[in-house]
Amino acid sequence: MREVDLAVVGAGPAGLTAAIEGAKRGCRTVVLDMNPRPGGQLIKQIHRFFGSREHRAGTRGIEIADSLFHEAASAGVEVMVEAEVYAIHDSTLEVVAQTNEDSLVLLSEEATTSRSRPLSIAARRIILATGGAENALNFAGWTLPGVMGAGAAQTMINLWRVLPGKKILMVGAGNVGLIISYQLIQAGGEMVAVIEATSRIGGYGVHAAKISRAGVPILTSHTIISASGESRVERAVIAKVDASWRIVSGSEQELEVDTICIAVGLHPNARLASLAECELCYSPSLGGWVPIHNSRMETTISGIYIAGDLSGVEEASTALEEGRLAGICAAASLGKERAGDYDDIKAIEGRLLGLRSGPFCQHRQDAKQELIGIGEAQCPKQ
Amino acid sequence: MRVVHHPILGDLPKVRQVKIWVDGKEITAHKGEPIAAAIAAAGIKIHRYTTKREEPRGVFCGIGQCTDCVMIVNGVPNVRTCITPVTEGITVETQHGAGRGGR
Amino acid sequence: MSQAIESPSYPSQQELRNAPGYPSQKRLEKGPVVVIECIEEIPCNPCEQACPQHAITIGEPITNCPHLDEDKCIGCELCVSQCPGLAIFLIDLTHSQGSASVAFPHEYLPLPGKGQTVRAVNRAGEPICSATVVRVQNPKTNGQTPVVTVAVPRKYATEVRGILRPGR
Repeated sequence: MREVDLAVVGAGPAGLTAAIEGAKRGCRTVVLDMNPRPGGQLIKQIHRFFGSREHRAGTRGIEIADSLFHEAASAGVEVMVEAEVYAIHDSTLEVVAQTNEDSLVLLSEEATTSRSRPLSIAARRIILATGGAENALNFAGWTLPGVMGAGAAQTMINLWRVLPGKKILMVGAGNVGLIISYQLIQAGGEMVAVIEATSRIGGYGVHAAKISRAGVPILTSHTIISASGESRVERAVIAKVDASWRIVSGSEQELEVDTICIAVGLHPNARLASLAECELCYSPSLGGWVPIHNSRMETTISGIYIAGDLSGVEEASTALEEGRLAGICAAASLGKERAGDYDDIKAIEGRLLGLRSGPFCQHRQDAKQELIGIGEAQCPKQ
Repeated sequence: MRVVHHPILGDLPKVRQVKIWVDGKEITAHKGEPIAAAIAAAGIKIHRYTTKREEPRGVFCGIGQCTDCVMIVNGVPNVRTCITPVTEGITVETQHGAGRGGR
Repeated sequence: MSQAIESPSYPSQQELRNAPGYPSQKRLEKGPVVVIECIEEIPCNPCEQACPQHAITIGEPITNCPHLDEDKCIGCELCVSQCPGLAIFLIDLTHSQGSASVAFPHEYLPLPGKGQTVRAVNRAGEPICSATVVRVQNPKTNGQTPVVTVAVPRKYATEVRGILRPGR
């Protein structure tokens, strides 16, 4: 069996930074990702990021991905794509993945064959960075082809350069719904409307202003009642809702659309963590069931660390920081410390605090604090 | 529909084209893209029909998590087309139910 | 769709004028100056670093709204393409006799051409007047965010925030 110091699951912002920090400290590090390309959701984020200079604010996600690939390659991180981890045997921290024959790549060309083979890796430490998954929304016709996650539409247009539809309805006016609406317009789509069930826009006002001046109506206190069409979406019916979430009768209107994007939040993709028997707890502010972790990002299973959206749905900028934190701590637990680790950790914690402040983000800081509090009591002591 | 020109990403780079067969019809795909992208570009939205109610399904999550987009690829059912890249000459079929002949 | 927007998707004039990134009427009358339409406390500060005159301050915490020192701003436009929220505009009320110019980020294709007559839109995306394209700037340093400047009748300068895209 192949042996490594550090096996990272997920090659998004958290997984890559975790691997980079681990490898920089001398850990033999491998990253496994089930997608054809590494980079997680960064490779479809074509907008400029918010945040500070330390978080490369003002830089587009795709450029941040490129620089991470560069950093990972020079740190000696090995990334395997089309490698899906389906088991973690906790006694020896054995990672079992289904991979393709040629899926061993070092951040270069994508794999080309489809012959599968199983692979077992014995890892001294595991960092799970499996990200988040989009929430679904149940309404009449919600399973029709043409109803899709907003993130799916974003993947289609920005990564694969295919516009999934021409006339689009966005359900949800959080940052994801607003940003992806903007990007659908940039890709040549027509946004018929953005609807939001609550009485106010959840995302940043600047994102709303952007699509508003592009002529897209943002209808708050509106919900979707149905999607219909012959084997595919051809129209949607939306209506107003009152303060108790009841449909205001007579307010229904039919929209001619061929695509309905659902942007009603994400949840931590905790299936693998759950399979590894990491204890979870429910945190609405962090998106749902999230693995309990301590301030070093270690879970209730000794040797298994987490980072990024898996440890609470936030933003790429926080994922980049948490990944580094997890990587440094996992390496340190193997005795692979570096002078300055303490200062690095303090600096990361300071930046995370900054990212989790303000009226939009403070609730996440509170939730994270609570989660870490539970973690300090329940996770193994170093 | 392919997004050929893009204000941020620039023009669609020239990539090697591969031929794939979807329900017996030849489709031109771009090397390295997933099957789901290739068939969406060809205007195909229905990937499969469900077992009990025979309802159509398409792409939902686009990143390999929901399994709504599975099809029969080279005779193998339940292949997630959103994360499975096209390769020259593969056959892709709309899946009915569990995709093994029976329901 | 004709449905009235129930809660505004953009800030009101009142909200903008109360924000620390909005120049005074006196400063606007003097010539080119930026208008920062960023009124929420979001964690973001690239505008601060984009300004070579140090006219924009966010400081700590990073969630502070940008503060414009209107006397330091020389209207160089460098911050317009660097704002991740595309929320900074450059207004020149002294553009010409009777007309003002408004510069805004425009990340759409096709880009308009210099001299072209276009329809200018307000914050709600409604066409409100005719405009002439004065300039289209897209150097490498803009990082794929072109900045378009249009000349509009002076009275529309505080309303115009973009142009109608072809096909709309």
